[in-house]
Amino acid sequence: MKILYQIGEYVLLILQAFKKPDKGYVFRRQLMFDFQRLGTESIGIVAIISIFTGAIIAIQMAYNTDSPFIPKSTIGFSTRQMLVLEISPTIVSMILAGKVGSRIASEIGTMRISEQIDALRVMGINPANYLILPKITAAMIYNPILIIFSIFLGVIGGWIAGMVTGLVPSADYLLGIREWFDPFTITYALIKTVVFAFIITSVSAYKGYYVKGGSVEVGQASTDAVVASSILIIFFDLILTQLLLT
Amino acid sequence: MIEVKNISKSFEGTTVLHDISTTFERGKTNLIIGQSGSGKTVFMKCCIGLYDVDQGEVDFDGRRFSNISDKKRKQIRQEMGVLFQGGALFDSFTVEENVMFPLNMLTEMSLEEKHERVNFVLEHVNLVNTNKKYPAELSGGMIKRVAIARAISLMPKYLFADEPNSGLDPKTAEKIDELLSELTKKFNMTTVINTHDMNSVLTIGEKICFINHGKLCWEGNKDEVLTTDKKQLNEFVFANEFTRRLRK
Repeated sequence: MKILYQIGEYVLLILQAFKKPDKGYVFRRQLMFDFQRLGTESIGIVAIISIFTGAIIAIQMAYNTDSPFIPKSTIGFSTRQMLVLEISPTIVSMILAGKVGSRIASEIGTMRISEQIDALRVMGINPANYLILPKITAAMIYNPILIIFSIFLGVIGGWIAGMVTGLVPSADYLLGIREWFDPFTITYALIKTVVFAFIITSVSAYKGYYVKGGSVEVGQASTDAVVASSILIIFFDLILTQLLLT
Repeated sequence: MIEVKNISKSFEGTTVLHDISTTFERGKTNLIIGQSGSGKTVFMKCCIGLYDVDQGEVDFDGRRFSNISDKKRKQIRQEMGVLFQGGALFDSFTVEENVMFPLNMLTEMSLEEKHERVNFVLEHVNLVNTNKKYPAELSGGMIKRVAIARAISLMPKYLFADEPNSGLDPKTAEKIDELLSELTKKFNMTTVINTHDMNSVLTIGEKICFINHGKLCWEGNKDEVLTTDKKQLNEFVFANEFTRRLRK
């Protein structure tokens, strides 16, 4: 019963959030602010994770395909496919769930316990719309950019690793990353990213919005936000993969 | 005038407010007093619409406010200023942005007019040269004053304050009391203040409502509060050495 209650509460909150903003310019200002905090400030971690993951995948592929019957270009091809199909959209989104999700839940949760959300309500402002809509919008616009960036850096990371270790000749790797390219895989990655961005921001905002208590509960809400977002990301990953790739 | 008519409120089977009726007049500083846990904050939250009442209604100058949709409440809310116990300032905004926030969200004033209004209200709460500071850089008394400035920035008809001088030293607490009383007169507001500070009661209480265990037990003014023979009120009023000496 509790889960049904929470789903109902979540849906009502999101419906409140998706109302027309009272002031367009205030919404745009908040949106810019959230582009900066949720997007631009995540570039560093996305870059580090992507370069290293790309490098690791390339080395592992070289190890697993060490056969005279398998062309070296397979390493480049496999690295690209893994990055595009799964690593960048899903794993990077899960990392963003940890970084961005905990931030949103703790920020909104702190606003709840320090009565800032009550202050917005008594002014006649829709707090869900003011606080949550810009965050969801910012993540749904910015995360696809981050994921494209992540794919690009992952491929570069694999290339560097192949060259440095001598496991994959540069020409073979570059050939591999261009082989049998299906543009739909990028569309698939972007669709997943947009859905995951919505999950991360809306679930984290929900967890923070209904916090009761003090700092311990805010911490708990932050943890719950990351756990719930990660589980939902994996769950929707399966559904979207089934829907889009079969 | 604010009319509270027979309001009751329960949480999970526990009745917190029992059938409370009273009126708060314009231009007066109305105090709600009572011990911690007596239901003062719930009463105020029912008045400002943060809680829906189970029974009864709250009217603002004849306009029903309780248990109606948020859309219908909006107009009255824009005529209302609320000072929360901890100030409830937005941490990521400067003092100026905090005070300007209601003006940005609820008015069509030009930037110049908004700046003028911000400086006007900050002057009234005796805050100068703090416009660019963040809440984290302010003292407790200053935070309360910024919160008052934000609450009055729209020139409200009704001002609510929940324990405005809690956590402040006696001198600062007195200044906040004086400020609220002055602003009430100057802007002819209906002010309702929750407090358990006897100093506030004796200095600014033009009308005092005593709430005990969720019931309105007594109403009067600052002169009557010391001479009443109501037992529960006497226990509250003369709970400290200062007021006991005053009675003697």
